[in-house]
Amino acid sequence: MSAEKLPESHGSEGHEVAGHGDPFADPGLPAHAPRRTDIDERAAKRAERQVSLMFVVSMLATVGFIASYVAIDPDKIVYIFPLGHVSALNFALGLTLGVALFCIGAGAVHWARTLMSDHELPAERHAIEADDDVRADVIEQFTTGAAESGFGRRKMIRNTLIGSMALVPLSGVVLLRDLGPLPEDKLDHTGWRVATEAKPLPLINMNTNKPMKAEDIAVGSLTFAKPEGLEEDDEDFQQQIAKDALMLVRIAPEDIKDNDSRELGFEGILAYSKICTHVGCPISLYEQQTHHALCPCHQSTFDLADGARVIFGPAGHPLPQLKITTNQEGFLVATGDFAEPVGPSFWERSA
Amino acid sequence: MKKLSARRRHPLAALVVLLLALAATGGLYAAFAPAEKAQADTSAQSLAIDEGKKLFAVGCSSCHGLNGQGSSDGPSLVGVGSAAVDFQVGTGRMPAQQPGAQVPKKKVIYTQPEIDQLAAFVASLGPGPVTPTEEQYKSTNPDDVAAGGELFRTNCSQCHNFAGKGGALTQGKYAPSLEGVDAKHIYEAMQTGPQNMPAFPDTTMPEEQKRQIVAFVRHTNEEPSPGGLALGSLGPVTEGLFGWIFGLGALIAIAIWVAAHTTKAKKS
Repeated sequence: MSAEKLPESHGSEGHEVAGHGDPFADPGLPAHAPRRTDIDERAAKRAERQVSLMFVVSMLATVGFIASYVAIDPDKIVYIFPLGHVSALNFALGLTLGVALFCIGAGAVHWARTLMSDHELPAERHAIEADDDVRADVIEQFTTGAAESGFGRRKMIRNTLIGSMALVPLSGVVLLRDLGPLPEDKLDHTGWRVATEAKPLPLINMNTNKPMKAEDIAVGSLTFAKPEGLEEDDEDFQQQIAKDALMLVRIAPEDIKDNDSRELGFEGILAYSKICTHVGCPISLYEQQTHHALCPCHQSTFDLADGARVIFGPAGHPLPQLKITTNQEGFLVATGDFAEPVGPSFWERSA
Repeated sequence: MKKLSARRRHPLAALVVLLLALAATGGLYAAFAPAEKAQADTSAQSLAIDEGKKLFAVGCSSCHGLNGQGSSDGPSLVGVGSAAVDFQVGTGRMPAQQPGAQVPKKKVIYTQPEIDQLAAFVASLGPGPVTPTEEQYKSTNPDDVAAGGELFRTNCSQCHNFAGKGGALTQGKYAPSLEGVDAKHIYEAMQTGPQNMPAFPDTTMPEEQKRQIVAFVRHTNEEPSPGGLALGSLGPVTEGLFGWIFGLGALIAIAIWVAAHTTKAKKS
């Protein structure tokens, strides 16, 4: 912006310039107009009282906050029209604290608007770049410095400097190692890995905490299971169940479309991992007529009658299926781990 | 005895034996038959089945077949049991208004005695889950709510939401809200697995656990919300939407009001 277009060239009554040929000239600042409180002492007094009133209301509300904290029974429930049945204590605390904070803010704003000085103070803006001679001076200093350091001439120093600068960030990368041990093969295996053909592992019903027989699982039913030996009181129960959880469904054998899946099951009882292969949500919205299982997080849909094929959504793999059979006493058992890792994909995932 | 055996070749011996046999048969018939006949014809159960068959022929047979064997329009009802009938008809889902992804709950058009008769008829088609009695679904133990909550979160919350408010499924199907649903109907739904809900038979979820879940659902329905507006208890989606629209909306409105009332803006 050229100097003559700046407001101070015209004073605060800049409008006259617009008349002389330049219709887009800066009109400058309008004349200062006094507020009602500036000219009327009674109005100023009234505003002062209003501001003080708000601060006093805030004080009262804070006292009310403390009083309701002490006085109101935490279990008391009251009916308040648009909210319904609410905790009296929560309502009183929220209301009084809200009023206390609001009144301070509103009082401060009202004070600033009515009573504090409102004279406009223009802060001038200048061109960002420096003068030409200043710039020439800086460039000269830089080139002198560069020449004196010999940076361009002593190439060995330059190259080793670049090398050391490039390597320094590696120490940060090494520090990342402190984030914890590497996962090793933990992602590839679940708690079912201890099961073998010779020593099968019974499936435990999550509801009853007891092993199940094949005839307990009805067609159209849904049952959740965990491996034997995993107890809710175990310290790492949540970590283990996040991989081991099973959902058991029974589908009439003629409705099962995938032969491999039928082989892995037992008389139509199929044991699928409950962990979605997208980002690992527990997935068990099972529709017993369509045999679809839906993940509530991102709507991945699996067809459990067709080897848990993904029929919709972002999941990349079918749900892993556990091979089950029955032991001599007729209880459902697993004879090994899942054939592929359960849960979401990861870099080193083999299948 | 000797006399009797000596005359066994008498010409009238065959006649005597015949008379004795007739008398024995008649006596036995008189002793047993009438009682059996009376039991079969006048018992309340068989009357209910008869009445139920008539109601079934009028209201249900066009889809489920005259003998409940099923057709292309409706599944077979052999073996679904009386609990399924009591649930489906008792919540107004049956008779269905129109075919679709899901048959919704609507106004019940049968009286409870009529529903019982229909249930008796369907139960006579094959063995299945029996309508529960009040002792089965009515909990008296206050600890049941906590135990039921745990079971609900394991088995039910994935579809019906952690507060039983229901949720969406695939292709237009949905898990209905459990708010205000009769305790008996919740129990029956777990027993029978209506529509796309999986069943939770007594073998995998014993009667007592079903009663605990019912107790939890009823408790959740009646529990007031200590935090004020529950926003449907649907979780972060409704809460976020509320925050964006009403919370941020209010802030924007205040910002506009403040900007419109600065000393500079006002002096025109």
